[in-house]
Amino acid sequence: MQPDQQPPCPHEENACDHKHDDRRTFLKKSSFLAAVALTPAPLIKAAEKKADEKIAAYFETVPVNLEINGKQHSLKVEPRTTLLDLLREQLDLTGTKKGCDWGQCGACTVHVNGKRVLSCLSLAVMQDGKKITTIEGLASGEQLHPMQEAFIKYDGFQCGYCTPGQIMSAVACVREGHAHSEDQIREYMSGNICRCGAYRNIVDAISEVNKGGQNI
Amino acid sequence: MITFDYIKPSANKAAIDAIMKNQNAMFIAGGTNLVDLMKRGITTPEKLVDINNLPLKGVNKSNNILSIGALTLNSEVAEHETVVKQFPLLSMALKAGASPQIRNMATVGGNMMQRTRCPYFYDTSMPCNKRAPGTGCGALHGYNRMHAIFGMSEQCIAVHPSDMCVALVALDAVVTVSGPKGERKIPFASFHRLPGDHPEKDNTLEKGELITSVEIKENNFSKHAYYLKVRDRASYAFALVSVAAALDIQNNIIHDARLAMGGVAHKPWRLKAAENILKGKPATEASFRLAAQMAMQGAKAFEYNAFKLKLAPNSIIEALTLASKA
Repeated sequence: MQPDQQPPCPHEENACDHKHDDRRTFLKKSSFLAAVALTPAPLIKAAEKKADEKIAAYFETVPVNLEINGKQHSLKVEPRTTLLDLLREQLDLTGTKKGCDWGQCGACTVHVNGKRVLSCLSLAVMQDGKKITTIEGLASGEQLHPMQEAFIKYDGFQCGYCTPGQIMSAVACVREGHAHSEDQIREYMSGNICRCGAYRNIVDAISEVNKGGQNI
Repeated sequence: MITFDYIKPSANKAAIDAIMKNQNAMFIAGGTNLVDLMKRGITTPEKLVDINNLPLKGVNKSNNILSIGALTLNSEVAEHETVVKQFPLLSMALKAGASPQIRNMATVGGNMMQRTRCPYFYDTSMPCNKRAPGTGCGALHGYNRMHAIFGMSEQCIAVHPSDMCVALVALDAVVTVSGPKGERKIPFASFHRLPGDHPEKDNTLEKGELITSVEIKENNFSKHAYYLKVRDRASYAFALVSVAAALDIQNNIIHDARLAMGGVAHKPWRLKAAENILKGKPATEASFRLAAQMAMQGAKAFEYNAFKLKLAPNSIIEALTLASKA
């Protein structure tokens, strides 16, 4: 769709500054409706007791300070917000992907205080004071990270959905010293699933970066 | 996910008190299982007590005892120099479990507290006595390929999913817990329980008890140890069957042996009778076959897991062989 063919903005004037706003706002609204529909029993009980303050407490946010890709963020999150949802929904860092959301696929891999972890199983509130690196934080300006360049060189992806997680995991794999042989790479990359089956090329990309010996 | 309150105390007593004050409060450490369970509505705590500020981290060895703080990460224990050199069975078991990302999050205490991966436990539309007592066992006459062959009851045939725990039970570890009544020590073999009539209880911890450390005595099993994990894919999958095997071999005679299995029971399954049969025998395949035969006594399969009756003894022989050659 060309920009001039865009449908009129359904919201108030100037609400559609960003190209993703329509979709995002819709998703957020529909998520809110889903949240109301799925309101947990304790909340309904609280409502029955007309305990309004309790309802408010259920949606209370807590302050969290995080350093994300070198930038300080003072945020407010509900305790149930995962680090993955915080990155994607609140901070628009959508490079980190939501695959299974159950800790089985590795698409959401990020670095927390230098260690690779699954952001879908990390509660944001528990990361207070920590340093987070996502795929958006790997490159230096226009200069891609050596692992990103190697993935392009070796065609280490097809659809690309698992790629941010693969690359974050691959960088950690080399830094940990677990990339000395193809077998070791396969074992230490086993937490990142690729449905397209680009494994062969991913192993080649990681091998090259490891052999290059540069400080990544 | 349901909403919940969140606190992060920095003293053990404050954490325990917070649990005692609220019937539906739970400790959270790495969260690799609990967050998953909460997302699926299987576990619904009203309050999470984040224990990551408690002083329960680190690996220390003194007076011939290795002490591992409950909050030490699985990856830290697996790579710890003393563990790799003197307790290789534990290091191998940890590296066989989960993925590097999960091992960087999961703690030793949390690994012990993880719930079964029985699909009927995870599917809230199915009956499960462990998740919803009294609803029945979906696996008993269902798709029970991953399920127990030892120690199950009519109520539950699920297995404990941990690899680390299989090594710890084989090494006679001791669990230190702190609770409202003070400290106590639990032999690892008594920490997890069989399902019986209460499959909702995975272990023998009482309300408010917090795992503080796991201790292992120095042993003579550092030379000949092997953790064998058989699974549907080469890595990052739960065990169909796993075997922790450790031998103390002197002049080719087995002086002492430790043997335990994972993926076969509601708890890490120690095989003491098989260990006893190995003592005093030469480290040969014939001895290992005898031990495997002894280990399988009393095993019972269901419709889809009969393959374990053959896979388990073969895995025991293989693990003992690899341990003896290690």
